[in-house]
Amino acid sequence: MSLAPDTTTTDTTTTTIAEQLGIKAHSDGTGRVAPVQTRSARFKSTNPEDFEAVNGRELDWKLSPVAKLTAFTAGELDGSRFPYSATESAGVSFSWIPVTDPRVGSAGIPEDRASANAWTAATEVLLVSIGAEDVSEITITRDATGQTPRAAHIVIEAAPFSKSTIIIRNTGDAQLVENLEILVGESANLSVISVQQWNDDAIHLGSHFARIGRDASLKHALVSLGGDVIRINPSAHLAEAGGSVDLLGLYFADAGQHIEQQVYVFHDAPQTKSRVTYKGALQGKGARTVWVGDVLIGAKGTGTDSYEQNRNLVLSEGTRADSIPNLEIETGDIAGAGHASATGRFDDEQLFYLQARGINEEEARKLVVRGFLNEIVQQLHVPSLEEDIHAALDIELENVHIASVN
Amino acid sequence: MSTLKITDLHVSVETEQGTTQILRGVDLTINSGETHAIMGPNGSGKSTLAYTIAGHPKYKVESGSITLDGADVLAMTVDERARAGLFLAMQYPVEIPGVTVTNFLRTAKTAIDGEAPAIRNWIKDVRVAMESLRMDKTFAERNVNEGFSGGEKKRHEILQLELLKPRFAVLDETDSGLDVDALKIVSEGVNRAKEATGLGILLITHYTRILRYIKPDFVHVFVNGRVAEEGGPELADRLENEGYDRFLELAV
Repeated sequence: MSLAPDTTTTDTTTTTIAEQLGIKAHSDGTGRVAPVQTRSARFKSTNPEDFEAVNGRELDWKLSPVAKLTAFTAGELDGSRFPYSATESAGVSFSWIPVTDPRVGSAGIPEDRASANAWTAATEVLLVSIGAEDVSEITITRDATGQTPRAAHIVIEAAPFSKSTIIIRNTGDAQLVENLEILVGESANLSVISVQQWNDDAIHLGSHFARIGRDASLKHALVSLGGDVIRINPSAHLAEAGGSVDLLGLYFADAGQHIEQQVYVFHDAPQTKSRVTYKGALQGKGARTVWVGDVLIGAKGTGTDSYEQNRNLVLSEGTRADSIPNLEIETGDIAGAGHASATGRFDDEQLFYLQARGINEEEARKLVVRGFLNEIVQQLHVPSLEEDIHAALDIELENVHIASVN
Repeated sequence: MSTLKITDLHVSVETEQGTTQILRGVDLTINSGETHAIMGPNGSGKSTLAYTIAGHPKYKVESGSITLDGADVLAMTVDERARAGLFLAMQYPVEIPGVTVTNFLRTAKTAIDGEAPAIRNWIKDVRVAMESLRMDKTFAERNVNEGFSGGEKKRHEILQLELLKPRFAVLDETDSGLDVDALKIVSEGVNRAKEATGLGILLITHYTRILRYIKPDFVHVFVNGRVAEEGGPELADRLENEGYDRFLELAV
């Protein structure tokens, strides 16, 4: 893939080759006054009335289809217990807890109106509790969320020294705003993988807040394939020394689909590590993806090791991928910090190589797309899920003829 | 017995400065089992010939023909040429992220043969070929050319040559960037392929050192987009001693 570094926005309907190659000012920086505000100082509240009505010009909503989201940002949400099913595993328990429980809000609180709306609407919170020193893998399935706009609030609490994988499978209908809090205790090792394979007309807005304890590690992954609008913003607060976080994302946007993720990592303690890797493919008229990657290395984040990247593969005309990395550093004493962002079309040299080995063009294109996204799938380390994702990607690739964009 | 025949081939390439003529009337006939070395200074059109045979879209054939046992190669797509039995070992093979060598080799073999190889034999064939090229087992699970050293890339090209069993192979500066041990290993692979299948070889090189391990039957000296001189292996010896200066003076 001829992916140019530091290309912030690629709109295949309008950009020139020069722009594709990154010979263009970062589009996010033009025409507005730079906010004199560090990322951690962004306004937060659990009360939706504390936020202005969303008009689409706000920093965090300006790339979203806000007209479709009024029901979630301003409307009434069903805050009753949401339906789910889950596999069983020793050491993992489920319970509904009151919103007044001290754990609620301890990983983070809303930064936008939809998130606050859901926070206020939810009458109870689903607690997923992972016991100490247990090794477990469970799958939570949400397939009956329904057509009524609703709120969901989940707290996943991984006890110190626990090791577990929580997979959330989202299918069926959804008109959902969710807040997911992830508390990773000292030296715990937790994977949380949220897979969105909703029906075509589903809307899913999410805010994920993770707090990573001392020497703990979190792997968080968003796999977004099906739905009309999916906008999930994960944040990770490396609050204690030695914590590490791996934020992964894989998305495939078809015609008309909007898939967005605003990622935020806060290095707030010494010797913490973060890796953010999001990869997506876009196919069909109106396919739209947004990736914002904010990394803040705070004054306490000495010895930080941080790297974030976003790669998009454009498969047809008429798509748009926004990719905006932001890095703030408040201490000079870090191990490393970097970012990369690139949006590109097929590399003809890759196709030539595969074709020169007898593989026909269509098969070669599929191989390249699968391979491109496979880098994320390989890192999930859940074999059963890997197979499912491969199968789902194959269907995405079969459904649509991959048009030559030359 | 197959014949790859190149007749009066003229090829140009589009650059920012306009159309540049690179090949200016190349004639070459290669039969099964023959090894032809194409030698010449940088910029003489050697690699252009290689990529034109393989069908790279960058190169435009102005006139002339390439036929394989009479079939019009220029009318074929890149993959059709490969399936017809042409193979190009590339000088700079590209990385294919996320596609493992195992997956790639099986997909290519299936495409070339028109059916998936019998799994047990195939696994054994791959293992044996990799061992012969002194490639570590872990190689198979790596992504194609990703993070490969220069030598590993060349071995991987020759691994494909041995497994895909083409009728004609064009080796584009396969010797470049190889140390003497790697050069020997790679050359042995080429010789094995020839021994096994009666492969016809077009060996493109700037230097004569690979000719110590892969013996050419014919040597063609390329200068300024055409064959300036042809002969047997002795021509290579002469180039070893004299270099290309004699030809460059002629070309001016």
